[in-house]
Amino acid sequence: MEAQFLLPDIEDPDSAEFWAGCARGELLVQTCKGCGLRRMPPRPMCPRCRSLEFRWDPTSGRGTIWSFIVPHPPLLPAYQELAPYNVIVVALEEDPTIRFVGNLVTEPDGAINEIDPTTIAIGDPVRVVFHRVEDVVLPRWMKT
Amino acid sequence: MAGPLADRTAIAGIGQTAFAKGLPDSELSLACQAISAALDDAGIAPAEVDGLAMFSMEEGREVDVARNVGLGDITFFSEVGYGGGAGCGTVGHAAMAVATGQCNVAVAWRARKRAAKGSRPWAQVNRRITGHWQWSRPFGLLRPVDEIAVLTRRYMHEFGATREHLANVAVAFRKHANRNPNATMHDKPLTREQYMDARWISEPLCLFDNCLETDGALAAVIVSAERAKDLQQPPAYVHAFAQSIPQQHQVMTNYFNDDPLLGPSYACAARLWAQADVTPADVPVAQIYDAFSPLIPLSLEGYGFCARGEGGAFTDDGALEWPDGRLPTNTSGGGMSEAYVHGFNLVLEGVRQMRGTSTSPVDGAETCLVTSGEGVPTSALLLRR
Repeated sequence: MEAQFLLPDIEDPDSAEFWAGCARGELLVQTCKGCGLRRMPPRPMCPRCRSLEFRWDPTSGRGTIWSFIVPHPPLLPAYQELAPYNVIVVALEEDPTIRFVGNLVTEPDGAINEIDPTTIAIGDPVRVVFHRVEDVVLPRWMKT
Repeated sequence: MAGPLADRTAIAGIGQTAFAKGLPDSELSLACQAISAALDDAGIAPAEVDGLAMFSMEEGREVDVARNVGLGDITFFSEVGYGGGAGCGTVGHAAMAVATGQCNVAVAWRARKRAAKGSRPWAQVNRRITGHWQWSRPFGLLRPVDEIAVLTRRYMHEFGATREHLANVAVAFRKHANRNPNATMHDKPLTREQYMDARWISEPLCLFDNCLETDGALAAVIVSAERAKDLQQPPAYVHAFAQSIPQQHQVMTNYFNDDPLLGPSYACAARLWAQADVTPADVPVAQIYDAFSPLIPLSLEGYGFCARGEGGAFTDDGALEWPDGRLPTNTSGGGMSEAYVHGFNLVLEGVRQMRGTSTSPVDGAETCLVTSGEGVPTSALLLRR
């Protein structure tokens, strides 16, 4: 069933390091070597100092739910089979302007529809976990 | 204070096809039919057309349109991107081109088929996602409604907006469509109870928070103010025009900057009002882009009809409803109840308000605001009688 899910191109030059970090169990964020600004999504140039030099810093892997939705059909087939499911947006603990879209799960390899959506609230604390699909490792989130 | 473009050009002709699901004609054919009707409405021969402005997403290209409709030598052509954000932009580009002498008669249009390739991009993605969509789509955030639902939930959380406010929007636009024989929802009333009982599409958004999916085309003819005065239709002057890509904006999934709820409307509005000799308080009628109902409170705030966070409450007490509301909005039914043609029907309804030919005409309206997509790089027009 998961064979039909959409997956990121993990060889995308702007983001390959992020996906490689996920494969090692690390949630990384692109950080400017010139001025230290974190940026998400990753991109070649720092919008604050225009440096092209950057590094990938580890993060706490902790955050809070900034928003969430519960999609219902019509959806692409792989997702429709699981609907309704949750999609959350997480604000990183150490820099709430760095946000990640993901899913709230009960265990790293759990399904995205296992949590009762009425128990999800903005502000809930979460921590990152990782889930392999084929050659891709996706970040996901569990309540803390 | 009015800007250098103010009232120097006018929309002198409008035309449209039928609106329906499953029209047999191609997008190119529909575009040509709408443009032809708009030229007839203006009383201008196709050979006089020398300027074109269209959506980048348009399937029929400029050369095809020109060869079909029998247009003259084209000396100005431009395309505006980002789907629903483009509508007012095409009219504004045409107006600037006429005002600066790049052309004399310009046409702007949109033709769209919901069944056509490319009309539902979310369902046609490659499985391996590149670019910024890789940060959302693999997690099941697939459709435009999902992307706006994320912002809606956050907006409700921060500012106390409710589904009752969104119902105000849906019910008001349906009432207007019920007065408009060309609206696809003309014969279908919508009650608040039906709204509240509707199935979810992407919580917190339900079926009636979504625009329609429509086949159809619309076009507008733009000429100089001097020329417009001599033509058969009352001119709808282009009083002000603006576009915006706000700082650090990301298309649709705008979740990655300091304050994602400060949408493109704000930057567009600042430029628009700076070009105008009116303020929001002077505007008695508006056509506001409504792919999704929450875009209305967000836009009401962005364009300055109320303070930040008050867009939901603004919709109470029938404020958006013709004839007695503070700001009758989407008086033809808009994208949610007339037709969703990437918001170009809002431009034509703005013109009809200035002509006095709307099916819900606002008495004495001298000015109408028209906006394009909130949540994407956008554009807006102030039309004047």
